[in-house]
Amino acid sequence: MNYLNEDIDSLNEKLAQGTLSADKLAQDTVENIKKTDEKLNAWITVQEDAKPDEDLDFANNKLAGIPIAIKDNIITKDVKTTAASHILDNYIPVYDATVIDRLKKAHVTFVGKTNMDEFAMGSSTEHSYFGATHNPWDFDKVPGGSSGGSAAAVAAGQVVAALGSDTGGSIRQPSAFNGIFGIKPTYGRVSRWGLIAFASSLDEIGVMSKRAKTSAQVLNVIAGADDHDSTLSTRAVPDFTEYIGKDVKGLRVAVVKEYMDAVDGEMHEVIQKQIDVLKDAGAIINEVSLPLTKYVVPDYYIIASSEASSNLQRFDGIRYGYRAEDAKNLLDVYVKSRSEGFGEEVQRRILLGSFALSAGSYDRFFRQASKVRTLICNDFDKIFADNDVIVGPTTTTPAFNIGSEISDPIKMYNNDILTISANLAGIPAASVPAGLVDGMPVGLQVMAKRFDEGSIFQVADFIERNNKFYEKTPAGMED
Amino acid sequence: MEITEETIKHVAGLSRLEIDEKEIGKVTEQMSSIINMADQLSEVDTEGVEETVQVVDRDTVFREDKPEHWETREELMKNVPEQANGFIKVPVIINKDEDE
Repeated sequence: MNYLNEDIDSLNEKLAQGTLSADKLAQDTVENIKKTDEKLNAWITVQEDAKPDEDLDFANNKLAGIPIAIKDNIITKDVKTTAASHILDNYIPVYDATVIDRLKKAHVTFVGKTNMDEFAMGSSTEHSYFGATHNPWDFDKVPGGSSGGSAAAVAAGQVVAALGSDTGGSIRQPSAFNGIFGIKPTYGRVSRWGLIAFASSLDEIGVMSKRAKTSAQVLNVIAGADDHDSTLSTRAVPDFTEYIGKDVKGLRVAVVKEYMDAVDGEMHEVIQKQIDVLKDAGAIINEVSLPLTKYVVPDYYIIASSEASSNLQRFDGIRYGYRAEDAKNLLDVYVKSRSEGFGEEVQRRILLGSFALSAGSYDRFFRQASKVRTLICNDFDKIFADNDVIVGPTTTTPAFNIGSEISDPIKMYNNDILTISANLAGIPAASVPAGLVDGMPVGLQVMAKRFDEGSIFQVADFIERNNKFYEKTPAGMED
Repeated sequence: MEITEETIKHVAGLSRLEIDEKEIGKVTEQMSSIINMADQLSEVDTEGVEETVQVVDRDTVFREDKPEHWETREELMKNVPEQANGFIKVPVIINKDEDE
């Protein structure tokens, strides 16, 4: 069976009534993944022996026995975790990420690990050692990235929810390309312990699902303080499902001129229609400006690559991961293991980061980027002084063809222009399906002030109930 | 900003990466266009602006420095590519050829 028309609530109802057993649900899930993944390649590891916990309390725990997909840069004890890299393709973690620990306590069923761009560096899931993932709406298109496997798995009905990670748009852009909901929470909301680090000041784990409520239910479980991550906020985590089912009357909604100017034609119309829906429902729409938008791509690529070049130093072929065989001395082990183990895009980012941090370049690149980041944060503060949320397009275009951008890094980097700022400012942001353009889904991005994921769920759920995009089936999944 | 093959080789050395001699021209060209894209930031006036390197809502967090018992030795050694007698094995520091 697939979950094209299911969510956590509907599955929980069947489990609680006894019309479906958690064992059968786990088996059916694995079988369906194996059957449908030949065309999608959304998974790196499928846990064929997936088994639910015993004595599940379906009446009081909605997540009990629900199969959930995990992006393969999140550490899972005894289950291979590769970050889609050759350098980690044999790595079996000896501990769990905090988010996995929390999901285990909630008794979800783990069914496997999803495909991604290597070390989460990419916007198309083409940069994977395990091959590209295909978009379930059109197998010739990319699913976006870097959480492209998680997005395709949810859109194709393989699972009802998946964890992803978002450093510059890696949850939101694939969610938009696959016609699903995906949220990057506030920086400091979800523990990064056990997330394979890409850029530590930007990385955030989040949730992807067809319905906003499903993500709220999962976020409730994974969010909140953790002694293992001292960048995590200690503030209380609200029940995010309380923001579901509300109206938007009186809500102050900012629309960024530069974001709307980045889309045209049918894409502009689809996004504008969603904004009009909010307006007709009594939201107050304010046009605002983020004049630094044209600088966010360079700003992000300097900061993210600098942090990556530092974080990826640990992959040296000594304690774990791939070790080159013909090394003559210790330095050779480092250089050969890294040069053979990392893919092209990862090496590019390491080079860019090392350059930006190197003597003679530091002031002009890293220090300047850190200052521009301050100005970007200030611009958001100004907008949120008078507004509750910002809405606009998540991407500038729908999903592009596999192979069409992979040889042009700068073109690929510009995919993230509308999503990057939220990571630089640490604010929460989500993508909710807006409609179809030329048969491919496009997303409405909703941003809010720090720690106000609630307003995002409120707006996304309202949009979702209005356009009912979740009733659509991806073209490739129709029988 | 002009990026030379020497700059890229230097940065590759810092990164513990080696670039194939046949590829160095192409890599330099590509890195040059990425670095020049990044250099657009020079246009932004940041006179007197503080740097932002993190967006955490807490000050420095302290904890007691006490050891914790964790996994067993075997578990921790599970992913080590080469080992001998419970230790991680690495090649000699000085070149094998020079050693012989």
